[in-house]
Amino acid sequence: MSARPLRVVGHPVPRVDAIEKVTGRARYVTDLTLPGMAHAKVLRSPYAHARVRRVDVTRARARPGVFAALAGADLTWCDPYYGPAYRDRPVLAIGVARYEGEPVAAVAAVDEATAEEALELIDVDYEPLAPVMTLEEALAEDAPLVHAGQPPAGHFADLSTLRPRPGTNICHQFQFARGDAAAALGGADVVVEDAYRFPAVQHVALEPHAAVAAWDETGALTLWASTQNPYSVRVELAKMFDVPLARIRVVVPHLGGGFGSKTYAKLEPLAATLARAAARPVRLAASVPEAFQTVRRCASRVAVRAGFRRDGTLVAVACDADYDVGAYADIGPRVVQKGTYTATGPYRVPHVRLEARAVYTNTTPGGAFRGFGVPQLAWALESLFDVAADRLDRDPVDLRRQNFLAHGEEFAPGDTPIDGKLEESLSRAAEAIGWTRAPAADRGRGVAAMLKASVAPSVSEAIVRLHADGSVTVLASAVEMGQGTRTVLTQIAAEVLSVPLARVTVVQPDTAVTPYDQTTSSSRSTAMTGRAVQVAAEDVRDQLLAIAAQNLGVAARELALADGAVVAPARRLTYPEALALKFGMSGGELIGRGVIAPGRTAAPLGGSTPFWEMAVGAAEVSVDEETGAVRVERYVSVADVGRAINPLLLEGQDEGGVVQGLGHTLLEEMLYADGHLLNGTLLVYRVPRADDTPSELECHFVENADGSGPFGAKGAGEGSLIPVSPAVANALARLTGVRLRDLPLTPERVWRALRARSPRA
Amino acid sequence: MTIRLVVNGRPRDLEVAPHALLLDVLRDTLDLKGAKRSCDTQVCGACTVLVDGLAVSACTYLAVEADGRSVLTVEGLADGESLHPLQRAFVEAGAVQCGFCTSGMLLTAKAMLAENRTPTRDDVLHYLRGSLCRCTGYRKIVDAVLAAAETAR
Repeated sequence: MSARPLRVVGHPVPRVDAIEKVTGRARYVTDLTLPGMAHAKVLRSPYAHARVRRVDVTRARARPGVFAALAGADLTWCDPYYGPAYRDRPVLAIGVARYEGEPVAAVAAVDEATAEEALELIDVDYEPLAPVMTLEEALAEDAPLVHAGQPPAGHFADLSTLRPRPGTNICHQFQFARGDAAAALGGADVVVEDAYRFPAVQHVALEPHAAVAAWDETGALTLWASTQNPYSVRVELAKMFDVPLARIRVVVPHLGGGFGSKTYAKLEPLAATLARAAARPVRLAASVPEAFQTVRRCASRVAVRAGFRRDGTLVAVACDADYDVGAYADIGPRVVQKGTYTATGPYRVPHVRLEARAVYTNTTPGGAFRGFGVPQLAWALESLFDVAADRLDRDPVDLRRQNFLAHGEEFAPGDTPIDGKLEESLSRAAEAIGWTRAPAADRGRGVAAMLKASVAPSVSEAIVRLHADGSVTVLASAVEMGQGTRTVLTQIAAEVLSVPLARVTVVQPDTAVTPYDQTTSSSRSTAMTGRAVQVAAEDVRDQLLAIAAQNLGVAARELALADGAVVAPARRLTYPEALALKFGMSGGELIGRGVIAPGRTAAPLGGSTPFWEMAVGAAEVSVDEETGAVRVERYVSVADVGRAINPLLLEGQDEGGVVQGLGHTLLEEMLYADGHLLNGTLLVYRVPRADDTPSELECHFVENADGSGPFGAKGAGEGSLIPVSPAVANALARLTGVRLRDLPLTPERVWRALRARSPRA
Repeated sequence: MTIRLVVNGRPRDLEVAPHALLLDVLRDTLDLKGAKRSCDTQVCGACTVLVDGLAVSACTYLAVEADGRSVLTVEGLADGESLHPLQRAFVEAGAVQCGFCTSGMLLTAKAMLAENRTPTRDDVLHYLRGSLCRCTGYRKIVDAVLAAAETAR
């Protein structure tokens, strides 16, 4: 059976939700309306750091059309704190506002205009406090503390070992070591070192965060939310309101992009709180500027030292990484340890010392963003790798190839062995960019590689139902946010059960209906949720085979599924016929169950990654020496994906990842001055436009069916973004001799560096 | 104020506030949710609709300005169940991901093709400067627009 050619898996079928999206019928949270629904608006702190001495909502509450007006001090009837690492974040500021834009009060009213007007009637007495806006300020001796006292840990098992440093702004420290890095660096023939900065950037999902919350007459809560993890949101709300998980229902319509910005609770706690106070459904829809005040990527500074032998063998890496996680931890501590864990990239390094700190500042909370801490470290290591190649007088491609981890090699004791072929990705990228041929005189080329672990341990469950007419329902909680998971899950079920795609329906995530899935992030949905769907569909298949074996008098091993029927050597039984035989009537259904739960292991982060995400990027750039403007002319991404379940969707995702990577490489940075965010709107925060994209952009895949996911698939979608910055900077360095250490590579930075460059011979 | 306009081919008499935005009237009064609210500042293009064939940002366009005009939203693009060539091209080229920019992209592309039936790739890249997409990297959107232009010839 396994040798059967695949009918739909591996084929570039159009996405199953394409028609509803091109006709405007696809529904997003902000498209929903409930009877009696109120509209919420949020009053936000104008200060980066302030004591909130008093919030008076009396006049707002009295305004006609207002159903509820709340301040932090009003939240005595619930636990107002939430957060996936530390429950350090109040729904509304209590006593202290810790960043500009922090919610201080909120109103639910008959319409948005009334709610907005009511905000004007709220009187807040602030006492501005000294803020810490940067890593340097936050880590200074006697720095003002963003949080006094230690908050309780959240619900992540591996974060129960959170290690804050009391009395400082360090909310978590992570260390990892093997061998003796100091001694190995001391004995290395060539040691290179430098420090690299990565900016705070915003996801700019075109759909800002939104939630609609409604409590029913029995005290149960339903939320329609733009979230990547309905099940994590459910946990937060259950704790806040002290209700059983079973009485909280989180429904997720289409998401207008996620990229990590919609992981863990964001607006949902406030929407649910307002709905309870207003005693009616409440819709809370953020604006784009409010999204900039909700979450961002953790900015970082990373100092790396790498020691090589004369022959190019990498022997040691020491790395000190500080991440700015902003005013509340969100998932920042996990970003920090997860990113730092793979600071050595896809290389064999016997001696390692990695230290990282998550640091509070009075800025927008930092959380998950495509790459989850790895882009910051890959920027440093992959830039430094080219510096080493120069010092060793080696070709950067060859030096990487020499040091790659091999397929099957251990990355760290107890963790999953390397499950891909890096040298194959590198060779294909080098070939596609034309590495061995000299570029035009005004062009430079660079490469970079990446390795990333997925979240572990994690759990995905799925249910597949085969109905009396032979159609199929898939129940799973992977969120469709544009990446195409609904299509991929459809393909997997259709493949296993041998039915057309149109006979399969994937139900939108709904915690009352679709089973547990930990999170739609970490590139895990195809590998983990997809595998659960495959197992559930195989469960249904086995039930069909058993029915047919019994009724046809044939051994199950002689049967197979084909075109909606169980096929025996001489006979076939359609699914409706099989079900009718089983149930003795034209009703009933077969239910299959899939559970993927690898559990905890001895791996350093507590679980073994279900797959390694691996990719290589190659860039060809030009620079305008007069203005410093860098242009990426050509870009090649090669990702080792095991198997592309849908090559069309995967290519689209990786193209998007490259262009998003070009954003933080060339354009994007959240800029603060005097405690204020200067560019928190799309008028002044520039994301890549169509005309910012490379003239040639190719995304390739290495497919050796060596992944643990369905049909040998691994996760994908983050890998294309991560090598972009170092590949571009390496290309710029090879073209101009200028090495930049701070992103983004703005024209001003490049121009200044070109001017400071010593004249070339 | 009473305004009279044609929306997706259908005449409408509407009572609107003088400050009402076309986007809110389309989404809330007419329940046409295809145009999306995002940046509110005419940068992202998610709310783009056509007014007398010209692409406008409905988030910053007063409903009263549409008085006496004809408005096309994404809901009016297909001919019954038969997709517009642009819609078909977007589906086939993989130009849709999250879908939040899609309606604006389609209508912007329609406005462009009305001006220029034989666009080059650079023409399309330039015309789409006012339409942001964070998912696709734009390449497949541009491919789709060029394919639709080809089909139309």
